[in-house]
Amino acid sequence: MEFRYIYRGLGVGLLGGLLAFVFARIFAEPFIQDAIDYESGRDEAQSALDAAAGHHAGHEGAELFSRSVQSNVGIGVGMAVFGLAIGGLFVVAYLIVSRRYPDVRPRVLACLLAAAGFVSLYLVPFAKYPANPPAIGHEETIGARSALYVTMVAVSVIAMGLAIVAGRWLAGRVGTWNASLLAGVVFLVLVAIAMGLLPAFGHLSSNKAEYGDFATETPQPLQAPDGRIVYPGFPADVLFKFRFYSVISQLILWSTIALGFGALAERLAVAPARRASTARVEAATTEPTPTPAG
Amino acid sequence: MTTPVAQTDTRSITLPLTARRAALGLTALLSLLLLYFIGVDQGATSLFGSDTHIHEFVHDARHFLGFPCH
Repeated sequence: MEFRYIYRGLGVGLLGGLLAFVFARIFAEPFIQDAIDYESGRDEAQSALDAAAGHHAGHEGAELFSRSVQSNVGIGVGMAVFGLAIGGLFVVAYLIVSRRYPDVRPRVLACLLAAAGFVSLYLVPFAKYPANPPAIGHEETIGARSALYVTMVAVSVIAMGLAIVAGRWLAGRVGTWNASLLAGVVFLVLVAIAMGLLPAFGHLSSNKAEYGDFATETPQPLQAPDGRIVYPGFPADVLFKFRFYSVISQLILWSTIALGFGALAERLAVAPARRASTARVEAATTEPTPTPAG
Repeated sequence: MTTPVAQTDTRSITLPLTARRAALGLTALLSLLLLYFIGVDQGATSLFGSDTHIHEFVHDARHFLGFPCH
């Protein structure tokens, strides 16, 4: 019984991931390439500065995959598998919640759950730690950054769960509309507290010591020892486009899951009834047939 | 004499529940495992030592999906 839902959840997740990939390949890849070009240009400027100062130039690791593999196949596989995994988590949540609230219509429940997933798994963590293109992010802080990001995701998902429980509890007391608004307030207050307590990436101690007091790891202009700027800071327009398209592609994924799974779940929900009724009709039509013959 | 009857009763009730739970639990677990490989492995933590093939292959997706990356 559950497997029919699970297959469909995984299927729409995969489809959503593929659609998000098509969008990413067309719209985001040019900006990812811009970011990589910025990074190589900056590395060159940095090694020129190092050479002038008499430092030994750092060596770059060999490329495991070419840019064309990364930007065509790698991102496609990555986003498809991500969609599959999100579809899996979504369908598990759907099956748990739909058993608890069997009166909610499947497509409505699918939309509500997908909205909750998009906001808590992606949008809220993004608000604190937004997606960064290549060239942004210091290698030595990857451990701290990953831990902080996962913490933000976990807090946001737990806050969403608590807000929904609070909303259900309040619904019987102040009505569904007011309970939903209050649940939203509960969620915002909880995630706001977490955002206030967690440090910005730029304020990690190793970053502060090496780069100064900046909130993010976005590269600042590169300065020669005499203070003249030899390479600009990271281009703001590239950063905006990358992040904006990141949000859009997640919206594509979650909308595909919401609408696709909703439609499939509606059909599944009426399927046994339809089969039972056709069986009854068949029984009714086949039963009298022997009578005239006999 | 009555004990075996009681046992079969319990089993008939709990088995479908366990199958459902196993299906849901396994789906959730495998999904989280996939998310880990797409988002985190061979960055902050690594299951296959210092190899970076997965990281480099899904590199663009990792950045674009919002995960922290080198």
